[in-house]
Amino acid sequence: MKLTRRHALGLSAGAIAFAATGLRAVPASASVEDTEKRIMEFTGGKAPESGKITLDAPEIAENGNTVPVSVSVESAMSGDDLVESVMILAEGNPNPAVATFHFTALSGAATATTRMRLAKTQNVIAVARMKDGSVFMDKKEVKVTIGGCGG
Amino acid sequence: MAAPKPRVKVPKTASAGEVITIKTLISHNMESGQRKDKDGNPIPRQIINKFTCEFNGQKVFECDLDPAISANPFFEFSAKVNESGTFKFTWVDDDGSVYSSENQIEVK
Amino acid sequence: MKKTVVISALAAALACVGVAGPAWADPVDEQLVIDGETMITRAKAPEGHPFDEVLSGWLFRTVETRALETDSFTNPGMLEVEEGEAIWNKVEGSAGKSCASCHGDAAESMKGIGAHYPKWDAEAKRPINIELQINKCREQNMGAEPYDFDKGGQKQLTAYIKRQALGEPVSIDLSQGDLQSWWEKGKDLYYTRTGQLNLSCASCHEANMGKMIRADHLSQGQINGFPTYRLKNAGLVSVHNRFRGCIRDTRASFPKAFSDELMALEVYVTWRGSGLSVETPAVRQ
Repeated sequence: MKLTRRHALGLSAGAIAFAATGLRAVPASASVEDTEKRIMEFTGGKAPESGKITLDAPEIAENGNTVPVSVSVESAMSGDDLVESVMILAEGNPNPAVATFHFTALSGAATATTRMRLAKTQNVIAVARMKDGSVFMDKKEVKVTIGGCGG
Repeated sequence: MAAPKPRVKVPKTASAGEVITIKTLISHNMESGQRKDKDGNPIPRQIINKFTCEFNGQKVFECDLDPAISANPFFEFSAKVNESGTFKFTWVDDDGSVYSSENQIEVK
Repeated sequence: MKKTVVISALAAALACVGVAGPAWADPVDEQLVIDGETMITRAKAPEGHPFDEVLSGWLFRTVETRALETDSFTNPGMLEVEEGEAIWNKVEGSAGKSCASCHGDAAESMKGIGAHYPKWDAEAKRPINIELQINKCREQNMGAEPYDFDKGGQKQLTAYIKRQALGEPVSIDLSQGDLQSWWEKGKDLYYTRTGQLNLSCASCHEANMGKMIRADHLSQGQINGFPTYRLKNAGLVSVHNRFRGCIRDTRASFPKAFSDELMALEVYVTWRGSGLSVETPAVRQ
């Protein structure tokens, strides 16, 4: 791409807008606090460990309206080695709740995929609660882009 | 919005103890309750709030949905099939409507 | 303080320009296979075309968006195609007929048809597309009201009919009637800059094809997948709706759907995608 004066102007205007928002002191968002609260309710106050659960979502979503999200938890899915539930949260949405999956031994595997709405670039979180009471968490940042002219 | 119509993809046959993949899709706006109409009045929330999959009357998979689930909710999950039988899928709407679909599977 | 902010922002902007470099991203080198059938997403351009190769918009999308189109079950646009099928079989109008009453099974009677519109309408002496052909049938043969633009089941029925041409390469016969002169008119419109942003179709989809416009990867603006499922709308979008949206985004007043201007543009833009498979309903951002 040949960089013309017009391009440079456009880019710097964009960067100013970006820099300006960056300079504003951002208070911890209510959604982030709400997310914490929901995790604690789900785990019964237990801090989740990392491992066992994998959250899969795109690094960059072309549109926040339809973002694929998958979870999978390592488990034999029989006897006591069972995943009961997996909760998905989006900490930058007006309401962080996305969905909660409930599994049984008949699920065969603790995996599920759905499509979610993300209001902006943010962390998506998945928390798994096992039958033995242990809890695991995975987190991934998804960048939500805005379109060309229409946005 | 046309009446929500479920679509389900389940294999017709499986071997005993096989873990199969199931996909479901249903047409639904999933009105989040966050939007406003042209006059600035909030559009009331109306979503599908629960999805369940049962096999021969036993629970296989369930999901509680929040308004952050995209329009036309899609699910992909697995099920362990030990015998021939019937899968029953149900979607519960905020307005109380229940949409459902049944699919047979034969274990060979 | 304020001055410092502006200066540092400018510095940031310059740094940005320096580091980011040209915002170009290649279209992917992948095969689009829908339910096991390989689509043509790269075709040799017809004579007189500004590009050597015609590229489907699918090649410009992210891996997740591309995946949605590869399976007719996971493609959310197929829900509306199914609605279109129900309309096809529904009796409407004073003649007591449905589409199926005359045309039978669409899988046979409409096979490949959607790849060869717009055609020349000798009666109306102007081009006719699928939407207008449906309306003509409704009025003349079914005794039913024609659909208003994008209303009733227009998008769904159009998508159902075009789906029967899935995989068929787009080709239109410009020797029909005066179609060639409409092509010329469409070409003029394609290169005419409009609106406060002073952009033509070609400004984005030809001169800057492959580059990023903000976070969007500019494609060739092909219409072989319309009506297309847009993630943004969470539903099908018709080609005239997209034309109007694009012109609106240049901050210009925009022509009516099915007006002479947009019919001419549809003829020309369809030709620009000659050789690409029909992908209806494509999935785009």
